Amino acid sequence: MKLLRSPLSLVRGLGSAKDGYEHWWMQRVTAVAMVPLVVWLLIGLIGLSGASHAEVVQWVGHPFNSGMMVLFLLAMFYHAALGLQVVIEDYVHDEPVKLASLLGMKFVLALLAVIAVVAVLRITLFAVMSDFGG
Amino acid sequence: MSTVNRPLSPHLQVYKPQLTSMMSITHRATGVALTVGTLLLVYWLSAAAMGPAAYADAARVLSSKLGQLILFVWTWALFYHLCNGIRHLYWDMGRGLDLESVYRSGKITLGASVGLTLVTWIIAAP
Repeated sequence: MKLLRSPLSLVRGLGSAKDGYEHWWMQRVTAVAMVPLVVWLLIGLIGLSGASHAEVVQWVGHPFNSGMMVLFLLAMFYHAALGLQVVIEDYVHDEPVKLASLLGMKFVLALLAVIAVVAVLRITLFAVMSDFGG
Repeated sequence: MSTVNRPLSPHLQVYKPQLTSMMSITHRATGVALTVGTLLLVYWLSAAAMGPAAYADAARVLSSKLGQLILFVWTWALFYHLCNGIRHLYWDMGRGLDLESVYRSGKITLGASVGLTLVTWIIAAP
């Protein structure tokens, strides 16, 4: 097939919007951050297998664990959004559907992240109440 | 520069499945599965945040046969994505990219993901 358009005209407008490196880099930053966070989470969850509500509240409500949990949630949902973005961009070729999928995915992940963080805060309130006999 | 005769991306239907390509797509598949799996974590945290009754319901669901099966697969997906993610970070440093190393790290990753999953469940078993 002979193309009448020059190679330059074929790629113009399709290239980097100058934020590609940021996407790639933040995927790595969140990946590195999650190595210790996932190890911490798994050790914690193993310890909580079969635990009562009071034990879960005590563990999640401990300041160190609350902090680690919120860090994990933020890094993980950020990492998930970056990863799913690439998956959607690779497989969804219809522009309106792609845009809707990307927006929907990011909104859902943002909602889940906020719900999870608020839940951690609410659990810390339970922990405070039980510490002070509320 | 010709844009017509350049090599094309692999056509899945004519390529023989290899450890490398299968592990690559599995990394992506476990990533998507783990994102869906975050629903479990959010459900567990929300239940704990709502009180003892809601938590007891969630604990019953998660300790059911289906719940345990999903958690078991989730554990393997997490270990696979963690181990293979570390493999990717190693590659990002420009190391271990020759064919022999790629296959060796692939086998180590597969073995580690299965081994760590079994160890986790042996420790966590009630």
